[in-house]
Amino acid sequence: MNETLQATVKKICEENGNDRTKMINIVKSVQKKIGCVNNESIDSIAKQVNAPRVDVEGVVSFYAFLSKESKGKIVIRLCNDVVDKIKGVDKVAEAFCDELGIKMGDTTSDDTFTLEYTPCIGMCDQAPAALINDTVVTDLSPDKIKKLISDLKEQNDPSKISFPKGDGNNAHELVNSMVNNNILKKGEVIFSDFESGASLKKALSMKPEEVIGVIKTSSLRGRGGAGFPTGLKWEFTRAAKGDRKIVMCNADEGEPGTFKDRVILTERYDLLFEGMAIAGYAIGSDAGIIYLRGEYLYLKNFLESMIGKAKENGFLGKKILGLEGFDFDIRIQMGAGAYICGEESALISSCEGLRGDPKTRPPFPAQKGYKNCPTTVNNVETFCCVSKILDIGAEKFVQIGTKGSTGTKVLSISGDCKKPGIYEFPFGVTLEELLGDAGAEDVQAVLVGGPSGQFIASDGFKRKICFTDLATGGSIVIFNKQRNMLEIADEYMAFFEEESCGYCTPCRVGNVLLKKCLERIIDGKGEPKDLDYLNELGESIKLTSRCGLGQTSPNPVLTTIKNFRSQYESIIKEKKDGMQPGFDIKKAINEAENLTGRKSVIF
Amino acid sequence: MEQKAITFTIDGVEIKGSPGQTIMQAADEAGVYIPRLCYLKDLTPHGSCRICTVMVNGRSQAACTQPITEGMVVENNTDALDEHRRNIVDMLFVEGNHYCMFCEKSGNCELQAMAYRLGICAPKYPYLFPQSNVDASHPDILIDRNRCILCGRCVIASRDVDGKNVFEFVGRGPEKRIAVNAEAKLSDTDIDVTDKAAQVCPVGAIIKKRVGFAVPIGERLYDKEPIGSDIESKKNK
Ligand SMILES: Cc1cc2nc3c(=O)[nH]c(=O)nc-3n(C[C@H](O)[C@H](O)[C@H](O)COP(=O)(O)O)c2cc1C
Ligand code: SF4
Repeated sequence: MNETLQATVKKICEENGNDRTKMINIVKSVQKKIGCVNNESIDSIAKQVNAPRVDVEGVVSFYAFLSKESKGKIVIRLCNDVVDKIKGVDKVAEAFCDELGIKMGDTTSDDTFTLEYTPCIGMCDQAPAALINDTVVTDLSPDKIKKLISDLKEQNDPSKISFPKGDGNNAHELVNSMVNNNILKKGEVIFSDFESGASLKKALSMKPEEVIGVIKTSSLRGRGGAGFPTGLKWEFTRAAKGDRKIVMCNADEGEPGTFKDRVILTERYDLLFEGMAIAGYAIGSDAGIIYLRGEYLYLKNFLESMIGKAKENGFLGKKILGLEGFDFDIRIQMGAGAYICGEESALISSCEGLRGDPKTRPPFPAQKGYKNCPTTVNNVETFCCVSKILDIGAEKFVQIGTKGSTGTKVLSISGDCKKPGIYEFPFGVTLEELLGDAGAEDVQAVLVGGPSGQFIASDGFKRKICFTDLATGGSIVIFNKQRNMLEIADEYMAFFEEESCGYCTPCRVGNVLLKKCLERIIDGKGEPKDLDYLNELGESIKLTSRCGLGQTSPNPVLTTIKNFRSQYESIIKEKKDGMQPGFDIKKAINEAENLTGRKSVIF
Repeated sequence: MEQKAITFTIDGVEIKGSPGQTIMQAADEAGVYIPRLCYLKDLTPHGSCRICTVMVNGRSQAACTQPITEGMVVENNTDALDEHRRNIVDMLFVEGNHYCMFCEKSGNCELQAMAYRLGICAPKYPYLFPQSNVDASHPDILIDRNRCILCGRCVIASRDVDGKNVFEFVGRGPEKRIAVNAEAKLSDTDIDVTDKAAQVCPVGAIIKKRVGFAVPIGERLYDKEPIGSDIESKKNK
């Protein structure tokens, strides 16, 4: 046993109170300190926090940012989202490989660099992008790689490289990032003027039930994708039995093509904190947790400092705005690379230091959530809406948007368009309008709601963004007529295959099978009956999966078959010889031919 | 305190259950069989195989985890649901390496029996032929991961019944697999052949050594009657 390693692990565990529920923090710290969480560290952690070692291993093996094998000191995670592919990430990858003399997935022989791919890191508006350790590098191109690597070699620490600073708070010393906000359209709710403290003051002048009443009157629905009525969720949480209640902010933002929460967190944290405090007051909670995706670690120090400022101003902490008995504090819980942790019950599992598996429901989080406490989980933007509703009043809020979809929606628009970025529109905006604003031409398809949403063809461009027509958590990805829809669907299926938690059969196995068949079709070996096969398999996955991931993961395939069927049909052909196109007779008999030393007379 | 019975229907037949019961529990008591693989009476339901998917008031739910409520309308024995169930069983077959013809569990295997009950002759999906390993380190118990269907029974039994935590899942998505509470080998854990965890595997992934083929093939549990017959026989009484 390596004593220094044991001492290091012991110290980290102690700093986390030897608390098993802090497992994600513990393993992340170990990973950071020694470059991996190897078997020896797993043993030490298990002993230190008194957990079965296999539980620790279960956690380490779940999250993409954790690894049992040691990696290079500098890990370059290049984002290979579909949008990055469109923006040329393949060439960037080649340049990295050439410069470092390794393949993707490998580590240099001196253990300095590891080069790997990672799914969407929330930078589609400035793609191709990469995470280099914790530093985000955007707008990559092959010609920049040589200098980047030489800078990294020189500094030995990506955070020390001087990149140009981004706009707004990205230039703040605690963020210090080259990321840009790209706010291209400000609406009436999130990006309009706001006076800190005003909403909270109004809320605290009412009874908690009245605050919930206001939110119900506003008809606010969740902005994270599922669109559940926020007032109702709060009512359930308030009514649930439990000594302690929790306000959880979902800042996992993992849906490919979504990056609006990144910008809201950077520029509108005040609205967020206030919305969370209002939620705390309404449901009777003193504890807020922001679950921040691992990719946004660069925002953590800044956000923590702003939480500190809010406390100084009396908006958070003890006796908020002088109100005796109302305490509310917020802490940040980091994620570790798992899209499924955006699903609210998986998010809670992760906060509890477990594998990010969704939980069995019922009980729902509002009944039994974080550590069995009634918990309301809401999206970043939802909390911001709450602040604005208290500020301007529910009556004014319902004037914005449409009848069933009140307020605005912040959209992250990227892909084939001239002006990718953040657009805040009132609900009811048509795809046509937003395509115009984003400078998109020659458009073939719009992916609304990310890969778990749907691909819309031009006959649907008059459709509206709202809960009753095209609902979205905020992801809008545009594809022009040069794009191959099948290949795009295939890329997204790779994402779901990788990000499935693996708990239930249909999602774990079904997505692999969907992708296999799609690959075969792309390969020119498809048969006409494959389309029925895909549809039927997809329906089984959607109907029987345990959580929202599997219930939507076949959508890239199903919605391209529905709306771009001719692209499938053009490469699927009945073979004249009656053979299955997927079967290569020559290949099948090749080995026998070699063994016998003679050629088949028939084939 | 006497709690009031809950009345609901499965495929139009009225069923009475008690508050707090799941659809599966109430159905089992009433002699209505809902196909299942991961669920085992007396263990916390895992809800992972999804074979017990039923329609509840028009929405799909897992019968093993869904509580009963007054007046709920459950559909179970429908062509559409059986087709989805066949698809899931097919998925489990192609995900592993199942060679029924020389598997010790044949005839006692719930996966095999479920396939027969649902009328599957051969999976419609392509085999994935995973690389899985066998752990024969323990003197009395063998793990063959080729046959594991990730039902979680051993994990739950070891944790909740044996109080040992011998098993847990590692990996994610298609990489998910069952692991033991040791760096590598089952023999380095404190499992005992009499533990509940060693009895509950529905397939041939965790089997006891030296008792192989004690009952000849052809005379085993599901060789005689289809899986679920025990539950259905309650109704006929
Ligand atoms: C696979 C999956 C990923 C999700 N990711 C997110 C996410 O990144 N952010 C988010 O707010 N909601 C996400 N959701 C939705 C959450 O489960 C939940 O509905 C939401 O956080 C509730 O907040 P809201 O009512 O304010 O929208 C995800 C759901 C699923 C099934
Ligand atoms: S649907 Fe997929 S992500 Fe959700 S529980 Fe099942 S395997 Fe996990």
